[in-house]
This record gives sequence, structure tokens and C-alpha cells, in this order.
Amino acid sequence: MLTFTLRRLLLAIPTLLLISLVIFFLVDLAPGSPASEIPLTVPPEVRAKILESLGVNQPVWVRYLLWLKQFFYVEPLNGIDAIFGTNYAEGMQRIISYQSRSPVFGIIADRIPQTLTVIGTAYLVGVLIALPIGIYSAYRQYSLFDQLGTVFAMIGFSVPTFFTGTLFIIIFAVYLGWFPTKYDTTLNVTDWDSFVKQLRQMAMPVMVLGLANAAAISRYMRSSMLDNMGQDYVRTARAKGMNEKVVVLKHVLRNSLIPVVTVIALGIPSIFGGAIITENLFGVNGIGSALIQAIHGNDLPMVQTLAFIFAILIVLFNLIADLLYGMLDPRIRYD
Amino acid sequence: MKLRTALLGAICVAGSATVALADRGADGHVNVLYWQAPSTLNPYLSSGTKDVETASLVLEGLAGFDEKGVVFPRLAVDVPTVENGGVTPDLMQITWKLKPGLLWSDGTPVTSADAKFTYEYCTHPEGGCAQAARYEGIASIETPDAETIVIKYTAPKPNPYTAFVGGTSPILQAAQFANCLGAAASTCTDQNFKPIGTGPFMVKDFKVNDTVEMVANPNYRDPAKPAFATMTIKGGGDATAAARAVMETGEFDYAWNTQINPEQQEQMKAAGKGVLLNGFGTLVERIEMNMTDPSPDLAEGERSTTKHPHPFLSDIRVRKALSMAIDRQTLVDIGYGSAGRATCNLVPAPEMFASKNTDCIAQDMEGAKALMAEAGWTDTDGDGFLDKDGKKMHILYQTSTNPVRQDFQAVIKDWWTELGVDVELKNIDASVFFGGDAGSPDTFQKFYADVEMYANNFDGTDPEPYLAQYLCNKIPGPENQWQGENINRFCDPAYDALVEELSKTSDMAKRSEIAIKLNEMLTKDSYVVVPLVDRGRLSAASNTLGGVVLNTWDTELWNAQDWFRMK
Repeated sequence: MLTFTLRRLLLAIPTLLLISLVIFFLVDLAPGSPASEIPLTVPPEVRAKILESLGVNQPVWVRYLLWLKQFFYVEPLNGIDAIFGTNYAEGMQRIISYQSRSPVFGIIADRIPQTLTVIGTAYLVGVLIALPIGIYSAYRQYSLFDQLGTVFAMIGFSVPTFFTGTLFIIIFAVYLGWFPTKYDTTLNVTDWDSFVKQLRQMAMPVMVLGLANAAAISRYMRSSMLDNMGQDYVRTARAKGMNEKVVVLKHVLRNSLIPVVTVIALGIPSIFGGAIITENLFGVNGIGSALIQAIHGNDLPMVQTLAFIFAILIVLFNLIADLLYGMLDPRIRYD
Repeated sequence: MKLRTALLGAICVAGSATVALADRGADGHVNVLYWQAPSTLNPYLSSGTKDVETASLVLEGLAGFDEKGVVFPRLAVDVPTVENGGVTPDLMQITWKLKPGLLWSDGTPVTSADAKFTYEYCTHPEGGCAQAARYEGIASIETPDAETIVIKYTAPKPNPYTAFVGGTSPILQAAQFANCLGAAASTCTDQNFKPIGTGPFMVKDFKVNDTVEMVANPNYRDPAKPAFATMTIKGGGDATAAARAVMETGEFDYAWNTQINPEQQEQMKAAGKGVLLNGFGTLVERIEMNMTDPSPDLAEGERSTTKHPHPFLSDIRVRKALSMAIDRQTLVDIGYGSAGRATCNLVPAPEMFASKNTDCIAQDMEGAKALMAEAGWTDTDGDGFLDKDGKKMHILYQTSTNPVRQDFQAVIKDWWTELGVDVELKNIDASVFFGGDAGSPDTFQKFYADVEMYANNFDGTDPEPYLAQYLCNKIPGPENQWQGENINRFCDPAYDALVEELSKTSDMAKRSEIAIKLNEMLTKDSYVVVPLVDRGRLSAASNTLGGVVLNTWDTELWNAQDWFRMK
């Protein structure tokens, strides 16, 4: 297992380098320029000066190498400085956002907590709703509950979040007035009242995302359960006289969870990635809204850095999912 | 800790002066929504309206523009003019006097050295200052004493109200920004996010592209203001959601730039929680005619250059006919409602610079058809399209991708088709269209189309630099990497001479006369620029927020110190 992990980690290095190259050049060579963010009232000479100070005029490969150095060397050093109060990275140029002219990693650090709270909760809620629905739907296949579960999943799958989000705002905020439409990012949870306030403002984004997440996972759970329900060992268990509870929740569920756990693990990078549409709709200042604002603002360093961080997370969680497989299923061994 | 001290300070100041001025901070909290969230609070590092306007609550200039476009003093005692001796008769020098006893929000005095430093900060060659144009033409700035700022120009400056006037050109605190000159500008994150200023508010916390939390400045020069103790500026979402948050749910007191369609405007007004404010500035949506040939058959580097005049748009009768076929009021009704009005002028305001011309407002399809026939364009082969010498009139009409612009394109295409023109529509992503990339064929400067539509305006109240964009030597082309503001490739020596004259004229009546003439030379005398809609600003304010006056000449938050809660 250890050698397998090490081998995979080593393999990840060239993979990530290749990904970084593709991301950097794709974003860089895509049409659009930070110049389009400068109003037309700014005369061409001033415009040229602004672009020069952003470093846009250097050749693309110089910028790529500089960015790599900043990403893998300067920024980690800055992280160490921030944690231990040292000053190794003093005077080194960090990755600077075009829009705010401030370090990209500072913005990311600002925004990660909101994304983890809101999107993480939504994911958790989604999983907690999905598993029971999936299990019971499979156990009582073609029952009324199963049909309702299918309809629920269908809605969750097919209705986009920008629609459910707006619908929820109109129902719950405009007509009923239960929840605020805008997430108050300055709220600090210090007492019961502010905690309730936090719950209220999280309610709608969590509902919207939870619905979408639950839909997918409940389908996986159901089909995995169905696969196992027909297996010989289930019949054996029943023949041995075990009650239904033990058969379903112990024998079948455990075996059915193996693929579902992988699916859940592979979905975790999306928590860090944030939810572009939902975050933007409700004004949650997470990573997703940072990404979309950076794309709108042609803030290339921000887009490149964020996209690459997502790539790292995806590679990492793929590895974790593979390792989980090995741990959950004794038949799979990597040695 | 620092904040608490500051707040205590604020309370003390308010407390000590209870009798005369009990009002600062009396009205609690105010919520403002900028759906395009501010990215930085240093307007010298960003030209974005959202950044300049939020920063204007903290940073101020010597003077500002009021809602009528008139210059009024902020940090200065008064506005220097030739009459009061503040500007020398040769227009080479202006002398500003600071109000006595001004303090920064940290309690240190504001001096003329801060202004001089700001000038050095923005004109540093490596800084990439976004507002460098405000400091153009300055030879030197002298500070004979702590309250006097003398600006000397390299040439006569008929409009000296650029440096240190308006939200785009505020004074920075020299002590705070001393280490941020030139290339170091972007390393000064703390300074750029929390500038120390003289405005009614100061920054408590700033989250990039999200929220700014502000508290009343304890050292603001009017001890009774601002009425609000704290302000939150929230960003994110879109214009519709922003309008809804003020007009329908009432969560916010003010929302900036809520450009929504006329139908939505009515719907939101019906909810009764707020009002839509609109004001008109100089933003004009227009169709620009290409005076040169954009044909793809020409060699690269010769397309849309002055080497090849346009085959039919170089005929004024064709341009005029195209303009006559448009019903501008219909365009207003489709796209802007109360936030737009039909116009025939490139310079629609200020009033003294605006031409009275309204010739183009009424649509005249028959007249347009007759004019086309007069120009020799008739439908000889019966296919419904005009032709001349065996060539069909085909127009490529481009603009940026944006729902209102695509609606406009479709409607105008209908009118032009009725006129007998074969119109092909094209829309280009705004980040490419306005991106200015010399390598891209789709920028508005390159103009590889017959006509194109976009909006433009000018900064401040003086149209001279704006009108000077149409000089012969500002034509974009391969020799200047397609950087140039004379998009139409219009070139008229008489126009150039008149612009030259304008730059030497200081008499206001004469300036206005010349500016109006220049505007007409581009519009009704030549139809090179075909103005369509004068686009106003549309913002939303809650019914409980008092003192709001929409200003289109300066930042929208120009008078936030006068805002109050209606009881």
C-alpha cells in the first residue's frame, strides 16, 4: 500500500506539471485581455502604462516560468512566514491579481472558510438525505416511495441551480420573507442570535446545492444497493434466518457503500471549488464567486492559480478514492 | 483593538460636542449594494467605477463636481478661477488653498505636501497609474506653505479642474504611501485596501470583491456628519438582484447601477419599498461608421486603413439615409425605459456644450429611401436589396455581446432591411471587443466591419479631450499597433484646426460654441457618428434613505456625508 501510494504521488508530479502548462497556456491564449476592463475614457498612453505595470507584455513562457516559481516556491515560503512569523519570502514577488493588485493567495485564504462552511454543509446535507433515500428506494423497488425518490432525483438532476436559486429567493425571501437574499459575509458567530442568523442565511444556498448533490448520490446508492440485493450472499444470509434489518443494513449496505464512498470522495474537490452559480446568486464570498469574478475581470493570474489548485485537489482525491477502495474492499490489494 | 480605540475616539468627539452637533453617527447603519464588487480602494490602481466610487467615501480631492456638473470645493477653501485670481490670466498656473485645520482620519494634519506626493505617486513611470490622464500637462507642483498648492502647466490649460478634482483624482496621505511609489505600488496591500483619508467614512475591513465595512471618520471636517455611524458596501450578484434587494425585499438602502429593462422597472416600483433614481451624464450609445474599406479581400494591414476609402459609406448620403431609417425612441423603449432618451448628439451634456440638434429623432423611411436613390442605389435586379454598378449593398454590423445590444441590432437590421440594405449581424465578447489586442481581428479599434455599435462617455465636464479623439493623427492602424481613438478613421483638416483652436480658448462661451460646432461636424453635418441613445444612470434607493442626490458627473456616493435615515 505504501509503495503504491508513493508511486502514485511521484507520478502525480509530471501529471500536475503538464496540467499546469495546459491551464496556463489555455487561459493565457484564450481571447480577452485585462485591457478590456479599463474604461474607454482612459487614453491609450495611460492604458499602455497600466498594462506594462501588470507585466502583461512579457513573453508567455517567461510568465509561465515565473508563475511556476511563485506557485511552488514563493507562495509556500510566504505560507511559512505567515504561520511561523519568519521572513524568508521578503522582497520576493508574489502572484498578484490584476483586479485588486494584491496577492492571489491572500484572497484565496480570505474566501476558503465561507466556501467550506456553506458548500461543505450543503454536501453533508446532500449525503445525509441521499443515503436513506437510496437505501429505502432500492429495498422497496417500484414502491410509491421509490417513485417519489426518482422524481426527486430527476428534479435535482435536471433543474439547474440558477433556476432553483431564483425560485427559492422569490418564494422564501420575497413572498414569505423567511430568509435574506444576500449572504452577510461580515457576520461573526459569537452567540445564539448570530448563530441563528448564520443558519438563516445559509439555509437557501444549502437547500439549493443540497438538492443537486442529493439527487446524484441517491441514484448511485440505489443502483449499488440493487446490484447487491440480488447477490447469492443475500439469499444465504436470509436462509440462515437473519432478520431483514441485519440483512439490509449490515450485509447489503456495507457492500453497497464501496462504490458510493468513492463517488462521495471524488466529489469533495468540488467543495473547495465552490459553487460558481450558487455563490454568486446569494452573494457568498467563496472561491466559486472569486473564480467567476476573475474570469469576468480577465484576471488571468487569479484564474490560472485557482484552476491549478482545483487540478491538484482532483488528482489528490482520486488517489484518496483509490486508497479507500483498497481499505474497504479486502479483495482489492495494490501490492 | 485599534478599531475600538478609534470608535471610542469617535464617541468622545461626538460626546464632547453634544450641544451643537449631536448628529454624527445618530442614524446607525446603512447598507449599500455594488453588484460589481470593489476590488481595491486605491483609485490610482484601478479605473473601475466600482473601485473609484467606494474609495471616494474615504479619499477626497480638493474639489468635486455636483449633480449639475459644477465644480465645488471639498478640501479647498474655494474653487480658483481667473476672476478670483486663483488661475493666472495666461492659464499657466492654478493656486489652491486648503481649508485650515484639516485632519486625516488618523488625526494628523493634511498638508500641501500630501497633494504633491499624490502627484508624484501617480506620475511615477513604473506605477501604471490608472488616473495619469488627470495629471497630464503639469510641469511642476510647488508648495510654498503647508496650505498652498501651486500647479504649473507646460501649456495654457483652459480646464484646470482635472488634477485633484473629482473622485478619480483624490489626495493620498504621503506618510501612508511613502514606500509605495512605482513598482512597489502593488506590494502595498494594506495601504491599498485601507487608505487613510479625509472623507466622511474610514475603512474598518475590506474583503476583496466582496464587502467593505466602514465607520464614520471621527476627524471629518463637519462635526455633525455623517449621520450614519457605520456603512457596509456589499458586492456580488447582478443588476436585477441588486434592484430587488432594495425595491422588493428592502434589505439594502442603496443599490448602484441597477440597469434593468423597462418591464422590470415597473414591476419593482410596484413593490413600493424604494425608488429608482435616474440621471443623465455623457454616456451615448452610438453607431460608428467605418470610413475605410474593411473588405476581407484586401491584404492584412490594409483592411480598414486610410489606404482604401469605404466603397459606399464614404458617401454622406448613404450614411445619412442609414441614420434616418432608425427610430430612436423605439430603441429607448426597448432597452432603457426611463434610463434612456433619444439623442442626435455625441456630447449630450453638460447643457452648455450640448447642441440643440434634434433632426434625427423622427424616423423618415421614405426620405431615407429617396436619399439612397439619389446616391445611385436602386434595386435593379428585384431581389429586395439595393445595388449600384452590379454590387449589392451589404453591411456587416458588429457590437459586443450584451442582451440590449443584440435587441438593438435586430431592430435596426429590420429597418435597414426595409431600406433595402443587406445586413449581417455579428456580436463579439466584450473582453475581446474592448480588449485592444493588436493580434485579434475582432477589436473595436481594428473595426473589420462596416458599422459598429458601443457606448462611450467622457470623464468630468469638459468635452475637449473627447472631441480631440477624432483628429486625423489618432486613426488606429498597423503602424500604431491599432491604438488610436479615432475609430471611424474620420479625417477633416477643418475639424483638426477647430480642435486646435479649442485647446487655446479659455472663454467659456467661446469654448461652448466651438465644442457644439465640433459635435455637429461629427454628427449632423457628416453622419460619421450616429448617436442613438443618451444612456442615463439608474440606481435604486430605499424609501427610508434620505439625502440621496444622484450625480452623474462625479462618484454616485459624492454626498454620502449628507445621507440620513428618514424617520
